[in-house]
Amino acid sequence: MSDMTQGNAPGQHYPPGQHPDMPPPPGTVGFVGWLRNNLFSSIPNSILTILAIYLLYAAIPPILGWAFFNADFEGASRTDCTAAGACWALIDVRGKQFLYGFYPDEELWRVYVAGFILLLAILPVLFDKIPFRKLLFANTILLPVTGFFLLSGTSGSPEAILPTVETPQWGGLLLTMVIGVTGIVASLPIGIALALGRRSNMPVVRTMCVTFIEFVRGVPLITILFMSSVMVPLFLPEGVNFDKLLRCLIGVSLFSAAYMAEVIRGGLQAIPKGQYEAAAAMGLSFWKMMYFIILPQALRIVIPGIVNTFIGLFKDTSLVLIIGLFDLLGIAKTVVTDANWIGLIHESYAFVAVIYWIFCFGMSRYSIWLEAKLHTGHKR
Amino acid sequence: MKLGKFLFAAAAVTALSTGASAGTLDDIKAKGFVQCGVTTGLAGFAAPNDQGQWAGFDVDFCRAMAAAIFGDAAKVKYTPTTSKERFTALQSGEIDVLARNTTWTFSRDVNLGFEFVGVNYYDGQGFMVRKSLGVTSAKELDGASVCIQTGTTTELNLADYFRSNGMSYESVVIETSAEGRGVYEEERCDVYTTDASGLAAQRSTMADPSEHILLPEIISKEPLGPLVRHGDNQWGDIARWTLNAMIVAEELGVTAGNAADMASTSKNPEVLRLLGAEGDMGAQLGLSADWAKNIVMQVGNYGESYERNLGTTTPLALERGLNALWTDGGILYAPPMR
Repeated sequence: MSDMTQGNAPGQHYPPGQHPDMPPPPGTVGFVGWLRNNLFSSIPNSILTILAIYLLYAAIPPILGWAFFNADFEGASRTDCTAAGACWALIDVRGKQFLYGFYPDEELWRVYVAGFILLLAILPVLFDKIPFRKLLFANTILLPVTGFFLLSGTSGSPEAILPTVETPQWGGLLLTMVIGVTGIVASLPIGIALALGRRSNMPVVRTMCVTFIEFVRGVPLITILFMSSVMVPLFLPEGVNFDKLLRCLIGVSLFSAAYMAEVIRGGLQAIPKGQYEAAAAMGLSFWKMMYFIILPQALRIVIPGIVNTFIGLFKDTSLVLIIGLFDLLGIAKTVVTDANWIGLIHESYAFVAVIYWIFCFGMSRYSIWLEAKLHTGHKR
Repeated sequence: MKLGKFLFAAAAVTALSTGASAGTLDDIKAKGFVQCGVTTGLAGFAAPNDQGQWAGFDVDFCRAMAAAIFGDAAKVKYTPTTSKERFTALQSGEIDVLARNTTWTFSRDVNLGFEFVGVNYYDGQGFMVRKSLGVTSAKELDGASVCIQTGTTTELNLADYFRSNGMSYESVVIETSAEGRGVYEEERCDVYTTDASGLAAQRSTMADPSEHILLPEIISKEPLGPLVRHGDNQWGDIARWTLNAMIVAEELGVTAGNAADMASTSKNPEVLRLLGAEGDMGAQLGLSADWAKNIVMQVGNYGESYERNLGTTTPLALERGLNALWTDGGILYAPPMR
C-alpha cells in the first residue's frame, strides 16, 4: 500500500491493469498539436502554410477595407460617395430594383404573398414530417396557377383587385426565381418522361425522345434563347406575339429537361435488372413498376446529379440578359448605366454574387441532408 | 363539322392579324400606348432611374411620340432590346418604333426593310486626353501613344486619320472598354479613342473627370437615329416630324416653359404653325392640332432634352459639338415646317 501513495516515482510497479492514464506527450494534442498535425507536418507543408497565411494577410484586409471600413453606405448618387471604398449607396437606393425589377410599388404585396406561397409550397416537397402536409401539397399543386395570377394579374383595368403587371416590369431576383422555379418544376417531370421514353422498347417513342434530347443538348442555351426571342417572332404572322418571358420559360424548361433526362437515365441504368424482373413477376404494370419499385431507387441514386442540374439551371437563368430580360444579373448591369451611378460595377456584381451564393449554397446543403436521410444501408 | 369550325376560326385569326398591321397609328390609338424599343441600358440615352422609370435621350423621343399622339408623354411602354434582337423586334411588330442609338447605314435602311426617320444624335470616334498634356486639337497628337480597342473599325479610322494628316502614333492595344479606362488612367497611353459618347461615359467614371478633356475632332460618322418598319408611311411621317418638331422648336426658341404663351402671343407664323394655332399640320398627320405643342410642353425641345440627359450639367458632360443647331455651328438641320 505504501508504494501506491508515492505516485509516479521512478521504477514504480503497478499490478496488471492498474496503471493510471498518463498525460499525452506535449505538443501532440490541443491547439499546438492540431497545428502540428494539420499545418506543419512537414517542411513543404510548413512552407505552403506560411505562404497561405501571407496571401490571406495580403488579401483580406484590403477586401474588408473596401467593403466595410472605407465604404459609403448612404447617398443619392455616385458623387455622394466620397470614401475610397465601396459605394453601397447604390444598393441602398436601387435595392428594390435588384429584388423586384420595375414591379410597381403599390403592387409589391403580391410579390410578398407569392413568395410566401412558394415557401409554403416548397415545405412539403422538402420535408416529409411536417404538419398539414396534405393541405400544403394542395397548395403546391396549385402554385403554377396561383403564382401566375398573383404576379401577372387578372384584369387590365386599374380598379381590379389584381391589375395586370406586364412581364417587362418583372425583374431582379423575382425574375430569376420565376425562371429558376419554373425550370426546376417543369424539368423534373419532363425529364423523367424523356428518360423513360429513351429506354422504351417502342421505336417511335424512343426515336422521338433520343432526337429531342440529343438536339437540345447539342446546342448552347444561348442559342435556344435566341431562337425563342429572335426567330420565333419571325415565323409568327405579323401582329401575333406571345410574351417574351413565356417564350424564354419554355426554352429554359425544355433545355433543362433534356439534361435532367440524361441524369435520370443514369439512375435507371444503375438499377439491377433483377428489380425490373421481380416487379414484373409480381404482376405490376409498367407504370406501377416504375412508380413503386424503380423510380424511388433510381431518383435516390441521382440526387447529387439532379441538384447539380438545378444549381446549374438557377445560375443559367442569368443568360436571359442577352434577350433583354432583366434578371438579377441583368439589373446589376443596367443600374450602373444610369448616369448617376455609372461605373459602380464592382459593388453591383458583389451584391448579386452574394445573393446567388446564398441560394446555391442552400440547395447544396439540402441535397446533402437529403442524401444522408435517404441512404438506407446502400451507402458506398 | 368540327374541322370546318376550326378552319373558320383559323381564317378569322389570320384575317384579324393581317388586318391589324394595316394602320400602325390606328392600332396604337386603339391599344392606348406606344411600344418603344430602347437599349438595355446606356448612360444618358436610356436607363432606368432610381424610381424604375426609363429615362434618357432616346427615351425622350419615345415620350415625344406619345405626347404627339395622345397628348400624354407617359403613354409609352418600353421594350429593352439587345443589339442583336432589336431589328427582329421591330420587324415582327413587337415594337412600334426603335429608338436605340442605332447607326443609320445603307444596309439597315434598304436591306432590312426599315425606315430611318432622321438623326437624333451625331456620334463619331473622338479622342480623350489628360488636360495636363496641354493639347487642344487632335492635329497636335503627332507621336502620341493611343489606347485603342483591337479589331474594331475605330482602329482603321485612327490609322487613316493619322496617315492623312501626316502624323505618327504608337498604339496600345486593349480588349475591352473597361480595360481601356484602366490603362489610360495608369498613364500608359496619352490618348484614349472610341465613340465620343462612350468616351464621355468613361470619363464620368474616372476619379477626377475634370482632369480629362474630349478633343473637338470627330473622325468617323455614326449618325444615330430612330427607325420604323417599311410599309406604313403615315407612321413614318409621324416619327420623322416628331423629331423635326423638337429640333424646329429649339430653332424658334420655343421651350417647355414658354410654349403655351407663344401659341397665343407670338407674331411669328412659323411658331404659330408649329404650335397648332394656325394651319392644319396636325390633321395632315392624323393627329390633333396641338401635337407639337404637347411634345414641347411635356418633353421639351431638342436642346432641353439634350441638356437634361447628356449635356454639361449631367455627369456625362457632352458638349453639343456636331449636335448643335446649324445656326450654332453644328449640323442639326430640320426641314422647314410649312
